[in-house]
Amino acid sequence: MGDKFWKFYRKFGSYIILAAVFLFFALTQKAFLKPANLMNVLQQVAIYGIVATGVTFVMISGGTDLSVGGQVACNGLLMAAMMVYWHIPVPVAILLGIVAGIVLGCINGAIAAVLRVTPFVITLCTMLILNGVALVVTNGYPIYDMPESFLWFGQGWIGPIPVSVIVLAFVCLIGWFVLSKTYFGRNVYALGGNQEAARLAGINIVKMRIMVYGLCGLFTSIGTVVMLARTNSATATSGGNYQFDCMTAICLGGITFGGGNGNMINTFIGVLIIGILANGLILMGVNSNMQQVIKGFLLLFAIAMDAIQKRRAAGD
Amino acid sequence: MTDKTILKIEGLSKYYPGVKAIDHLSMEFREGEVHALLGENGAGKSTLIKCIAGAIHPDEGIIEISGEKFTSLTPQQAKEKGVQVIYQEFNLVPQMSCAENVYLNERTSGLIVNTKERSQKAKKIFEDLGVDVDPDREVGSYTPAYMQIVEIAKAVSRNVRILIMDEPTAPLTVNEVGLLFRIVKQLKEQGVTIIYISHRIEELFEIGDRVSVMRDGQYVKTLNIGETNRKELVDLMVGRELTESYPSRKVDLGEEVLRVEKFTGNGVEDINFTLHKGEILGFGGLVGAGRTELMNVIYGANKLESGQLYLEGKPVRIKDTADALARGIGMIPEDRKRTGVFLRMSIRWNTVISAIKRISRFGIVNRKKEQEIADYYIERLRIRTPSPDQLAGNLSGGNQQKVVLAKTMAANTRVIIFDEPTRGVDVGAKQEIYQLMNQLVEEGHSILMVSSDMPELLGMSDRIVVICEGRQAGIVPKEEFSQAHILDLASGTN
Repeated sequence: MGDKFWKFYRKFGSYIILAAVFLFFALTQKAFLKPANLMNVLQQVAIYGIVATGVTFVMISGGTDLSVGGQVACNGLLMAAMMVYWHIPVPVAILLGIVAGIVLGCINGAIAAVLRVTPFVITLCTMLILNGVALVVTNGYPIYDMPESFLWFGQGWIGPIPVSVIVLAFVCLIGWFVLSKTYFGRNVYALGGNQEAARLAGINIVKMRIMVYGLCGLFTSIGTVVMLARTNSATATSGGNYQFDCMTAICLGGITFGGGNGNMINTFIGVLIIGILANGLILMGVNSNMQQVIKGFLLLFAIAMDAIQKRRAAGD
Repeated sequence: MTDKTILKIEGLSKYYPGVKAIDHLSMEFREGEVHALLGENGAGKSTLIKCIAGAIHPDEGIIEISGEKFTSLTPQQAKEKGVQVIYQEFNLVPQMSCAENVYLNERTSGLIVNTKERSQKAKKIFEDLGVDVDPDREVGSYTPAYMQIVEIAKAVSRNVRILIMDEPTAPLTVNEVGLLFRIVKQLKEQGVTIIYISHRIEELFEIGDRVSVMRDGQYVKTLNIGETNRKELVDLMVGRELTESYPSRKVDLGEEVLRVEKFTGNGVEDINFTLHKGEILGFGGLVGAGRTELMNVIYGANKLESGQLYLEGKPVRIKDTADALARGIGMIPEDRKRTGVFLRMSIRWNTVISAIKRISRFGIVNRKKEQEIADYYIERLRIRTPSPDQLAGNLSGGNQQKVVLAKTMAANTRVIIFDEPTRGVDVGAKQEIYQLMNQLVEEGHSILMVSSDMPELLGMSDRIVVICEGRQAGIVPKEEFSQAHILDLASGTN
């Protein structure tokens, strides 16, 4: 393939994959293009699209967060317990839940920054701890029956659009704004681009690391609210595989491990690819186990293309 | 040296998007000669040696080694033809012993490595080279000079015929350079061809046989070292007449700006000096004497254990680098690529990163101001780039250094630390950086300058603080400047 193709791919790689997946299902599945179905796609990706926004900050800053699934589980249980067992008013419960999310995130960041250990390992530990705590506390039993007013976040509609999709759009916009318009965003890129250069450029890297993980915790807890309201139950396993789903989407969108590159648009595209793929494969009647296999191959393909493109750009 | 041609380059070209890194290059290298390659940064020297070593594939042309023609080589083929490269960044595993490093990648017969035999073989090589290196000692515990010798031993163990050395003397002290030259001469006598890349023109007259000059990816001329001089070479390199001197400036020392008293920490001890407004205070000493470490403490990048810093007479404690910048102290670090610039970011992005908070309102970056600042510094520092959006990684060393300077100046700094201001910077850009430093002090800034380049240190400084093994060996006023005096203090002979 020629240089032109690769130049084009370098700029628009993730868009090409998105377009290809979209076209494939649009042409083969009649039901796919129906507005109701497309809205359904967005609704399905809303929760982890929100969480992925937080993970985007972490990845651009050169880190990873394996603990977001555990955070969703624990935070979900906490909020559910506050509302169902302790009858704390809904707004207060949400607020406390979000504060707890920020604190959890900051702890991740603080440990990684102070111990100077790769965040991958630290969040692996917190993932195990949080998942374990969720199981110990609940003994495997779910908490359900949230107050009616709370469920609006996951199940309500404003006009033709689900509330969860509106929250997703809002969160993505904020993420985009902070990353590309603020000096905090600049520092996130600096941290991921070259940590030592960032330190010598006058950036407090310990503080930044903590803030980035705190922000990730904030977005994760917003995702938790939507998850809880949508499923109307909190279980020890409701965090599922959010960490890996988020990373898959972010990588598909074109953000690489190592940090310093990418933006919110990459993440959003990645999230859409995964959403459309999942939806389209269901329409085709492919079962969920097979879906995983296909997702894996698609990601491998995207990473391989990216690697080839980079090598060519380096002139080899 | 024989007259036999061992390596012949014919019409070699390598293109990158938008640049001809090397362009129809032809030259010849003879067996057993020390052949220097000279050219400004970006002249294509690195690309050429990478082609010869098989690290990259040329787009056109022929490389002929010992009579065999190649349109491109694999690293394996290059090694089989006896080509070995010692890059500036050593290819050593610091945790492994010298012997293990010498025989790294060597295939073993059988499954088990005979450590003892290897150690003995390595010892023999070191003895033949006439150096005292313990084959069983960890490479990482040696100084860069010895690491380089291990690299040479590695090449020798692989029957090197063509040894390419990229800026071998850059990390070495004066005594170590002598040792290196002795080894190079010895290899030469054994018929090894040395392709020698260096920015230090003086040393070519000591070690080289012939010199080829490159400019903008093209071959300019090959000369016998004995029949040329420094001025001719510099003129050929830059393609224009160039006065290679240190621009003079009006020295008008003002009041005290920065003073350190009994500074101790990060490997330095009991340092005392005063910096005045409009002064360039030089720091001389051997590599590893602790000058960079001292600067890092002043800049807040490393901890001060005891002692006191005064800014304009007032005692201050610098908490971290952000605090230093806020108080008007900036630093241009020694290792530009690793800690100075963000290579994958644009010039504009780099220029404002240290000033980013100041040009933001309510946390939002003012894009207009950002653009203004970037345009201003590109113009003022004459950063050669088609656009402020160019990635810093695509710039030449000199232009990258200017970007780092822009970043530091944009943060409104009054005291600027230059750690090796012109390392790896070509002749033309060097002059520009000197002029910029002069402008800065004339405008009332003050400069602390660490330099291992003796002419630069003597030419630019108003006074020189000499550091020796972490301690202050003396402060030399301008009237007493002489290379001998500084070296004397630096090597701690008194």
